[in-house]
Amino acid sequence: MSMIELASISKTFRQKGEPVEAVRNLSLSIGEGEIVAVIGPSGCGKSTLLNMISGLYRPTTGRVEYRGERVTAVNTSVGYMTQKDNLLPWRNVRDNVSLPLEIQGVPKAQRERAAEELIRRVGLDGFEEKLPSELSGGMRKRVGLARMLLARPETLLLDEPFGALDAQLKLAMHQLLLSIKEEYGQTVLFVTHDLVEAITLSTKVVICSRRPGTIRYSRDVDLPFPRDVLNVRFTEQFGEIYNDIWEQLRQEYKEDRL
Amino acid sequence: MSAAERTGDVTSVLPEPAQDERSEFGDSAMLGFQFLLAVVVLFMWQGASGRLVDDFFVSNPIDVFRRLYTWTANGSIFQHIAATIYETIAGFMIGASMGVLLGIWLGMSRFYSRLLNPFLWALNALPKVALAPLFVLWFGLGLESKIALAAILTLFIVFINTYQGIKDVDEDLLDTVRLMKATRGQLLRKVILPSSVAWIFTGFKVALPNALIGAVIGEMIASSYGLGYLVQLSGAQFDTAGVFAVLFVIGILAVILNQLIEMAHSRLDHWRVLNR
Repeated sequence: MSMIELASISKTFRQKGEPVEAVRNLSLSIGEGEIVAVIGPSGCGKSTLLNMISGLYRPTTGRVEYRGERVTAVNTSVGYMTQKDNLLPWRNVRDNVSLPLEIQGVPKAQRERAAEELIRRVGLDGFEEKLPSELSGGMRKRVGLARMLLARPETLLLDEPFGALDAQLKLAMHQLLLSIKEEYGQTVLFVTHDLVEAITLSTKVVICSRRPGTIRYSRDVDLPFPRDVLNVRFTEQFGEIYNDIWEQLRQEYKEDRL
Repeated sequence: MSAAERTGDVTSVLPEPAQDERSEFGDSAMLGFQFLLAVVVLFMWQGASGRLVDDFFVSNPIDVFRRLYTWTANGSIFQHIAATIYETIAGFMIGASMGVLLGIWLGMSRFYSRLLNPFLWALNALPKVALAPLFVLWFGLGLESKIALAAILTLFIVFINTYQGIKDVDEDLLDTVRLMKATRGQLLRKVILPSSVAWIFTGFKVALPNALIGAVIGEMIASSYGLGYLVQLSGAQFDTAGVFAVLFVIGILAVILNQLIEMAHSRLDHWRVLNR
């Protein structure tokens, strides 16, 4: 059964009275346990897509289904890590990370223990008492990641989650995401600009066209798990997939320039 | 991104005593200057009075302080101070709590805020002190009418600030916390209120001196006690020294109230950073 079903959805915004079509007639089906990477030019409605799956936006036409049910309100089964870190500025790292459990009514000692464990896994131990304003952009992203993971959502929506990180940290976070996914078997949909990252992590790569966004190309990534996030990119199979997708992307960008 | 570099700017984020580096003088030196300025003004006043300007209109510092001394010595001033403080504080408390509640309610309800918007603007544009005669009719000559005037002045200021604060809450933060299955109450407690605290407090700071104004004006209109009554009485008796003496006391009161709210603010800031 598919976990997320987008059936010919379109989304039109009004921007200063002008209608702007962000997504047009887009269909996508994501199975349980899949890891789907969405890649494509800027402003192609990738974030809009995630906003619709999380139920924050409603599509103008078409249906968004989650586990076979139409999404009509905020979808609380998903964990959503937006491009902006959206941390509460008056809470320190520990209290930001433990917020989802606080809302569920988990006792303080227990939720703080769980939060500290995840803070350690994203490599921020020692920063528990710091406020978001005292952290760098990359650190704030990791706080957001830890916060999202703490709630143990069955589906993860990630909007350019690792963009602000340096290369080494990026690899560590890739490893973390894959190992958490292996532990809990979540369904993952993430947006990225980095093709290597897309292939390294995903079971399927989807190319989004420029605005109005629609799906141009989609391809399964059948690299075996568990993957070595550093070395998988040097395999022959990876190279093949990379070249194939890059060729498609190149066309998309070429059209973009015309 | 280096962790050490980032932690380096931590100190600048933490609250530290306001120390303007461009200023060459410290706080105690400035206090000295302020005292000096006050003394110079008093001397000029004393010198000008009776020579450049008729003593009848401006009195003089020595008479004013003599009057203050008499009132303090026989204790008659204290009941007036107590009444004014009581009305100010009570009016402020009532107005501030109503203002916060109203601000939260309208800040969170799009329907009612749109519905009431023109009426609230119209009410806000009214000079609130013009309501004083009405309040005397409704609440009588006692403390209640002054409290009501102080409260209404406070209410609008606090309401507008609270409302703005709630409108100013980052929608994305709300969405993020909504996705965590937060209830409306949780959104209010964990996002909306902490994020508007600074706005609400600014409202309190502006409102408190206005509560004092409300109390004093209420007393001037119809009363037999309070600093407003005393200033009115002194004026009616052509007692300029008395008028200045009361003004001096009101000024001191305003400074003390302001000091109190500043203290509460830094307390709250401290608490907010440490316990949130």
